[in-house]
Amino acid sequence: MFYREAGDFSTTYPQDSQTFPIKFDRWRYYAVLFVAIFVIPFMVNDYWVNSIFMPFLIYAIAAIGLNILVGYCGQVSLGTGGFMAVGAYACYKLMTSFPEVSMFIHVLLAGGITAMVGVLFGLPSLRIKGFYLAVATLAAQFFLVWLFNRVSWFYNYSASGQINAPERDTFGILITGPNTEAWATYLFCLIFTVLSAVVARNLTRGSVGRQWMAIRDMDIAAEIIGVNPLKAKLTAFAVSSFFVGISGALFFAVYLGAVEVGEVFGITKSFLVLFMIIIGGLGSIFGSFAGAAFLVLLPVLLKIIGVDWLGWPTDIVAHLNLVIVGGLIVVFLIAEPHGLAQLWRVAKEKLRLWPFPH
Amino acid sequence: MKYRLGTMAVAGLMAASPVMADLVFPSLSYRTGPYAAGGIPFADGYADYFTLLNERDGGIGGVAARVLECETGYNTEKGVECYESTKGEGALVYQPLSTGITYQLIPKATADDIPIHSMGYGRTSAANGDVFSHVFNYPANYWNGASAAINHILEVNGGDISGKKIALVYHNSAYGKEPIRTLEKLSEKHGFELSLLAVDHPGQEQKSQWLQIRREKPDNVIMYGWGVMNQVAVQEAANIRFPMENFIGIWWSGAEIDVQPAGDKANGFKALALTAVGSDFPLYDDLQKYVVETGKTAGAGDQLGTVPYNRGIYAAMLAAEAVKKAQEIHGVADITSGQMRDGMEALEITEEVMAAAGLPGFGPSFSVSCENHGGEGMVAVTQWDAGAGKFVKISDFAPTDMSVIQPLIDEDSAAYKAENNIDSNCN
Repeated sequence: MFYREAGDFSTTYPQDSQTFPIKFDRWRYYAVLFVAIFVIPFMVNDYWVNSIFMPFLIYAIAAIGLNILVGYCGQVSLGTGGFMAVGAYACYKLMTSFPEVSMFIHVLLAGGITAMVGVLFGLPSLRIKGFYLAVATLAAQFFLVWLFNRVSWFYNYSASGQINAPERDTFGILITGPNTEAWATYLFCLIFTVLSAVVARNLTRGSVGRQWMAIRDMDIAAEIIGVNPLKAKLTAFAVSSFFVGISGALFFAVYLGAVEVGEVFGITKSFLVLFMIIIGGLGSIFGSFAGAAFLVLLPVLLKIIGVDWLGWPTDIVAHLNLVIVGGLIVVFLIAEPHGLAQLWRVAKEKLRLWPFPH
Repeated sequence: MKYRLGTMAVAGLMAASPVMADLVFPSLSYRTGPYAAGGIPFADGYADYFTLLNERDGGIGGVAARVLECETGYNTEKGVECYESTKGEGALVYQPLSTGITYQLIPKATADDIPIHSMGYGRTSAANGDVFSHVFNYPANYWNGASAAINHILEVNGGDISGKKIALVYHNSAYGKEPIRTLEKLSEKHGFELSLLAVDHPGQEQKSQWLQIRREKPDNVIMYGWGVMNQVAVQEAANIRFPMENFIGIWWSGAEIDVQPAGDKANGFKALALTAVGSDFPLYDDLQKYVVETGKTAGAGDQLGTVPYNRGIYAAMLAAEAVKKAQEIHGVADITSGQMRDGMEALEITEEVMAAAGLPGFGPSFSVSCENHGGEGMVAVTQWDAGAGKFVKISDFAPTDMSVIQPLIDEDSAAYKAENNIDSNCN
């Protein structure tokens, strides 16, 4: 009733194959974008941006990147944290070497550098798959963290081994450093998130994405029908690492401002992003957003309810947080093994027919 | 979904911010995770001291103190979230008890005009108040610690340690890496050989490091560890029968809980100290009367008298003294964070002040100035007596080698100043 396609006719092929073929969906999407771009920037303060929106947007980019590799191309990766670190350190080196260049360019270049590193670590995927590939990417994770800890050139020989984001701007608006405005950092991340989502969505709908999915579903069959596994797997690694690198660069430069590689980009980060896409839904862009939102917002929400509303001791809330988030993950996956994205899909199907399912 | 959760969170925030005159001390604590062993007693001590002031004196200068606890789990991301969620409540001073979070907050807090007191941790070069206007690390910093450890080794060896081998076992993070530069300089000066052994977070895996120590047989081991890493290191040292009296931990590696698991084998382990040990102070009588007996202790209330608890007490005491100073300077009782900064910068801790706070001889005397945010860097040495189950002070608060440390502070802070275009704070 609220959600139906009666009277919603497509008269051309492009109309029929667009991302949101149903009018209601399309308008909802425009409305979300409108609110995100024109309403939220005027309402946010530091707390909202730094605790809620920025981690959500940045993790969403990382989840999109990993989803391309794991969800669309079927190559299991545990190296996300390491690749984010590559993005962060690339961004740091660029920021300190070329201070006058816009942050946009630095972040994009950091993504590009990460893509190259990703391709390098993707080479083993041509020979090994599944769990064995996961172990190879795990090696990438540990190697990269070790490298950034070990070689002092990467952190400009600072005594503590930390990297600190100096003040940089884009079009004269401060993006990094302590004196930024909440709306500026929010919009900066939002632009990257929206662009990443649009690019990823269109890549996965096109021939490249179909090749990835063919490799995922059955690589031998894909090879027989003419998909080049070398090209498909390495492009998946490159595109995935590009997004992950962008998220790492934003994570360091815009969100945290100071990073220590072992703590911020350790193996736990790889798992966190992997959980996001598993909970959100493998092979779905919406799933990446849903998973990121779930794992970023839920702990904050539980903390607000437990500590601020109920006044419980902080350690009890921190422990309960682990229990509840863990429990919800299990419950969600039992109820819907394909993640939040599938729940959303099922809900839409039901709403289309409601209130007359037969 | 994002928006629905968002609105609920807004409602939550609004419900949770009562408006009243009080002095807010956020406590970015960690009672969970691999570093909780040190985080819990510190947070308890910090909270209990303010509870005592509220119960006994009715606050500080007549205004009640409120400790706002926020769990970070020693994680920088959560630390940022905690900072953002507490700063709006009128936070006076941040003591994050984590070098990583301190690095994170230095630029943010400076921009927000809120001081940070990183007592014995954080960025060492923040001792240069001319560059770091809002960061204080009195009474001593990591580099004082490194120098104090070497001084102690010098003293034990009759003033000559040339040709000796000293190993640094450190937490592979900003915290553990801090002393390396100082130790390198000191090794040039005194002619000892320095070897570096990094232990990765969280520090449970140290087999290979201690194997290396067994092979290289260093004369002394200095440790910059924290949390579970300490217990593992002491146990490993005991396993390879490393002589404990040659093993010195920084003040973060010298709590009862770090040495107890190794039992009698840990006897003789040394640790640097920022404060006196034990609970034999007049303040503890008041704590007993106003906090323990009324059931107002933070946490489980079983940490009184331990080394990290005492450090929490000391941190809170220094904050309270700075508040008094600020109230005196500005003539208002309900001070702001900017006024708190002025109070910290004018802080002077003498024997009389310590005695008046019920803690005679608890910490060194020192004074803070605009140029010097680090105090005099006086450090004591303690030793573990496994039989009695307590640390014993074996040398009193002694000065450290500022001729080595000060140039390093100047160099590092000048680099920070140039990198971030900071104006001088003191002119």
